[in-house]
Amino acid sequence: MKFTCLSKGGGSNFPPCYILDFGGFRVLFDCPIDFSALTIFSPVPTDFDDIINEETSDCAAHKSSDAETVAQKRRKLEKPLDVNDLICAEPWYKTVNNLHLWNVSFIDIVLISSPVGMLGLPFLTQIKGFSAKMYVTEAAARIGQLMMEDLVSMHMEYRQFYGLEESTAPEWMKWEELELLPSALRNIALGKDGAEIGGWMPLYSAAHVKDCMSKVQTLKYAEETCYNGTLIIKAISSGLEIGACNWIINSPKGNISYISGSIFFSGHAMDFNYHALQGCDLILYSDFSSLDSTEDIDQSSLSNESSNWEELSKSLSNCEESSKEMEKLDFICSCAIDSVKAGGSVLIPVNRVGVILQLLEQIVMFLESSSLKIPIYIVSSIAEELLAYTNVIPEWLCKQRLEKLFSGEPLFAHIDLIKEKKIHVFPAVHSPKLIINWQEPCIVFSPHWSLRLGPTVHLLRRWRGDHNSLLVLENEVDADLALLPFTPMSMKVLQCSFLSGIKPQKIEPLLKILQPKLVLFPEDLRSHVRFSNINSSSVSYYTENETIHLPRLKESSELEISSDLASQFRWRILKQKNMNITRLKGELLINHGKHQLLSGNDQADPSENKPLLHWGSPDPENLLAELSKMGINGFVERSMTDAGSEEAFTVHVQNPEKALIEVRTEGTIISAPDENLASRIFEAIENILEGI
Amino acid sequence: MAIECLVLGAGQEIGKSCAVVTINGKRIMFDCGMHMGYDDHRRYPDFSLISKSRDFDNAIDCIIITHFHLDHVGALPFFTEVCGYRGPIYMTYPTKALAPLMLEDYRKVMVERRGEEEQFTSDNISECMKKVIAVDLKQTVQVDKDLQIRAYYAGHVLGAAMVYAKVGDSAMVYTGDYNMTPDRHLGAAQIDRLQLDLLITESTYATTVRDSKYAREREFLKAVHQCVAAGGKVLIPTFALGRAQELCILLDDYWERMNLRVPIYFSAGLTIQANMYYKMLISWTSQKVKETYATHNAFDFKNVRNFDRSLIDAPGPCVLFATPGMISGGFSLEVFKRWAPSEMNLITLPGYCVAGTIGHKLMSGKPTKIVLDKDNQVDVRCQIHQLSFSPHTDAKGIMDLVKFLSPQHVILVHGEKPKMASLKKKIHSELGITCYDPANNESVYIPSTNYVKAGASDAFMQSCMNPNFKFLKRGSEEIPNASIQRCTKALSPLQVSDERVVEGILIMEKSKKAKVVHQDELLLKLGAKRHEVQFAYCCPVSVEKLEKTATTDLTPATNVSSVTDKCILIKKLFTKLSSEFSVGDFRNLGEYIRLESFQASICSKDSCPYRITNSFQNKSKAVFFCCTWSGPDEKLAWKIISTLENAI
Ligand SMILES: [Zn+2]
Ligand SMILES: [Zn+2]
Repeated sequence: MKFTCLSKGGGSNFPPCYILDFGGFRVLFDCPIDFSALTIFSPVPTDFDDIINEETSDCAAHKSSDAETVAQKRRKLEKPLDVNDLICAEPWYKTVNNLHLWNVSFIDIVLISSPVGMLGLPFLTQIKGFSAKMYVTEAAARIGQLMMEDLVSMHMEYRQFYGLEESTAPEWMKWEELELLPSALRNIALGKDGAEIGGWMPLYSAAHVKDCMSKVQTLKYAEETCYNGTLIIKAISSGLEIGACNWIINSPKGNISYISGSIFFSGHAMDFNYHALQGCDLILYSDFSSLDSTEDIDQSSLSNESSNWEELSKSLSNCEESSKEMEKLDFICSCAIDSVKAGGSVLIPVNRVGVILQLLEQIVMFLESSSLKIPIYIVSSIAEELLAYTNVIPEWLCKQRLEKLFSGEPLFAHIDLIKEKKIHVFPAVHSPKLIINWQEPCIVFSPHWSLRLGPTVHLLRRWRGDHNSLLVLENEVDADLALLPFTPMSMKVLQCSFLSGIKPQKIEPLLKILQPKLVLFPEDLRSHVRFSNINSSSVSYYTENETIHLPRLKESSELEISSDLASQFRWRILKQKNMNITRLKGELLINHGKHQLLSGNDQADPSENKPLLHWGSPDPENLLAELSKMGINGFVERSMTDAGSEEAFTVHVQNPEKALIEVRTEGTIISAPDENLASRIFEAIENILEGI
Repeated sequence: MAIECLVLGAGQEIGKSCAVVTINGKRIMFDCGMHMGYDDHRRYPDFSLISKSRDFDNAIDCIIITHFHLDHVGALPFFTEVCGYRGPIYMTYPTKALAPLMLEDYRKVMVERRGEEEQFTSDNISECMKKVIAVDLKQTVQVDKDLQIRAYYAGHVLGAAMVYAKVGDSAMVYTGDYNMTPDRHLGAAQIDRLQLDLLITESTYATTVRDSKYAREREFLKAVHQCVAAGGKVLIPTFALGRAQELCILLDDYWERMNLRVPIYFSAGLTIQANMYYKMLISWTSQKVKETYATHNAFDFKNVRNFDRSLIDAPGPCVLFATPGMISGGFSLEVFKRWAPSEMNLITLPGYCVAGTIGHKLMSGKPTKIVLDKDNQVDVRCQIHQLSFSPHTDAKGIMDLVKFLSPQHVILVHGEKPKMASLKKKIHSELGITCYDPANNESVYIPSTNYVKAGASDAFMQSCMNPNFKFLKRGSEEIPNASIQRCTKALSPLQVSDERVVEGILIMEKSKKAKVVHQDELLLKLGAKRHEVQFAYCCPVSVEKLEKTATTDLTPATNVSSVTDKCILIKKLFTKLSSEFSVGDFRNLGEYIRLESFQASICSKDSCPYRITNSFQNKSKAVFFCCTWSGPDEKLAWKIISTLENAI
């Protein structure tokens, strides 16, 4: 059993990635894309009409770059980053580099824990020889597919601008070009040790997405699926997003659970169900969110070294973080209200579906309570479908939302708000309906949070000079770099981090409740969490790209023996050893994660009850005595040749017929002229040996 | 241990479904329904049979409700709020959402009807529903350490489920009501191939075999269209949910296609609000309905509006959905009284109505008068259309399901006695499965499956994986998520496991878990060395006789020391033995011949210690084959030897 962390990721948009070797199978956890790296590219120029209005077009002038500009670049190396430093080319996308160092055709299973965790899957499914079974929850698969389709459609803008790309590696990936990049960009492109260039991939097509999704196997909540008869795999809600999950793998060799970024109390998705993870032998802890946590660990709660189950679960049910999260949303809303009151517009390029759904409800409430009639626009190619979908998956929503189902109300308010025309949904910035309806100031939700793709790019260009307007950014992007193409920025920027995992103070009580034998824990979080006393669990710390060999989880595999087979057992008692033993013969059935031994089709033959295995050492006197009981007589001849072993001897049987018994340490040979005598001698020998 | 199934309802009848099954010590109540045909104590299952002391919390581990029909959920508020059961209750999400609507509708009808005393209040219903745990399809729910349950899609109505329950090594399925063919708004039942000790299945249509549903849907639409075209009124008595939405999808779609303007009404009990639930639960409908939800939700009916009491006598044609179904009282009865006397009007009835309801009376013969009570009667002149499509599986569907699951035992419930008896016979004779059809309050006992648990050592497991063992079947990936639609492919037997004959030794030690080991490990554990007991016999064979048997012509073997000659002799012997012994698979390994542990090689020694026989006289013309074997092959070895010595 081996385990490697391929990438520790970065925030909820770029979850970690692992490979686990377990019971002969290789499991990959998540396959994300690092969109924060997209910021090294220059965004596409604005629509053609708008280009006229723009004084400088970022890329158009730049495209005809020649030796001169290269020289310019070189000179600028040590200066602060300039918009011209960004790469003007159709972007590639950065995937987990270390994954490419593995032969992906050896991966047996891929487990996806959130919609963003599957965005890199079409890269894998394109690779010849990749044949792993991919499991995704139904809800995550649907939302993930929409995100991929959106990505492909947003990327089209680059394609249209730069034309069809050449089949070879693009210009910017050549070493000469990479060398010229300012160090900040070079670090992103190549990684710190310069090895990550292999992780960059040209984007997949809509056909690739379709092909990938046709190979994905979707699972319902807590649906058990069986891989190869041996592994039982099950997805349990993590609370992070609709459809986001933690995984449980059960096998006769032990049980493993994989804990991704998890939220105890969500305002939209079904809560982190940690009860279901109880009793696992191994916990693979992959929630890195505590790393970003700026809060100090509350020492008082830690010093209380409680192992009382009730107290532990009480400390987990403290919903402080979710109320803080609501306060955060309220704060964003109030900032938005301030902006629109001042005549500015608000742009919210947030990726988290749950955050968007809750913000929509909150902002409308804020607008209503301030009696403002400000339109809210959602501009995205997939918004209509995504919003409709969120209203038909009560099975993946939190308790409060479920209550709405049971009382016959829509699960999310946006359904009614769209009908009431308080929210308008458009597929793109150039859609005719948008042009007719457009009013400013307004509040817009649009992708993409990297500020390099989608409607956001256009709107940001439009409003960047307006100091009354507001941009809400996720803090997973480097704001300086992300905003570089839009400088000078007069727009206000509100950067916020959303709750994306377990708070540090809850980690210890959680692990105490779950009681695993072994925890695999990120080395990076070691200083954030102090394991004072996790009862019997032992903790192993892992770092990126280091393979850890793990001890076996169970001493022996579990075997189930059918009762009709068990009823045929002939027990033999070994008194000295205080032990009962019986020979076991049956048909092995590997079925749904269990090894079962059933009685075979062949009828039990009485002769089969004869011992097949003997041990012990015959003593000449005993043997003669046993023989004479059966009316067989002979004399013993001690072996002369085999001086070293005292036990070697030969019995020359005289009556009733001549026969020979050769006794050696390792065995006995019986030679008799007929069957009857041979079998009687055999019986005599058996009587002085042990056997089964 | 055994499985006990106590049938508290739907035993040789339809109504008040309730089966209490004890399986390896766990007791589960499947469904808790009421009987629409009775007003007295017979309306509810006799719960006292579960626990004399009425301590239901200790007597029952959980309740599982399969769907929102009253004959499956109707007694639940009574059982939880009046009888005081407080344990867990499981339903699918749609059932939890829709059951309270059905219960409330029924409660109102009961109170309105002759001011009958309420069996439970609105508060009772909402308190009861708060205790319900909603589950998703295929979600594996661990009720407690030993009891696991899982719901499968049953078709029938939105959210209907077949329920799998497993305790220890014993497992069963209770189907509730199900449909094996998809219809306009729901898909067909779907279940995995499971290893079951018991299957409890409904048998509403135990002997009926139906053809395509679409033709029958057209019949219904034609009847309604003809009636309204002639200016008549159509009364469709239904319960608030299920049939109402199904027929409404049909009509709404037909109205659009035919461009009809005649109003379609929902009576007050059938609030359009109910459709709100259907819209959110669209993922539980048929594939076709599901696919279109993003653009148009099929439960956003375009032609449907709310009915007002004043419209009963308004002139002109219309279609009215009114509750309750089967005209068992309430508003549908009120409208029936006014519309039944006119021959222009049409009343549609479902394929099955519970005995005692007006619906049932209308279906039995062609009554011209219906007596309501001693003072009231209604003249019936209107047309009656009986819906010939039903959300229940037909007899073929039941047989298909039983065959697909191949359980050890089958219990039939939810059907009519004579028809059940004939289905029972058929299941026994055609599928060879023991089948029961207990009456209400009877118990059926069947044996349960149990396995002995043991740990298995690595060496043992390794020896199991040894490719020398025969693979009867290559391991397929998983239990197929086979839809059990009428598709022969899905029904083809599919064994999903590796089957290998394995041998090992089971060790039981005091205060230790039983362990299976490889035999070498046993010796290691005992600190003993294997002592092999073998037999040896140097067997003389006449060269002449051996020559005769050989097909190839060879010079007499006078000198048997050369390797090639040995090989030739061995080959001859091999040919001989192979033809004499059809059972064994002799192997010629050049220097010697082998069958199981028996080996024979040419003995060139002058005096072999194992040459102890004196049966062969003419030693000069003999070739000696030295034979060895071990205990288990004793019989076989002597047979070969006697063949060599005599027959040759
Ligand atoms: Zn039903
Ligand atoms: Zn029923």
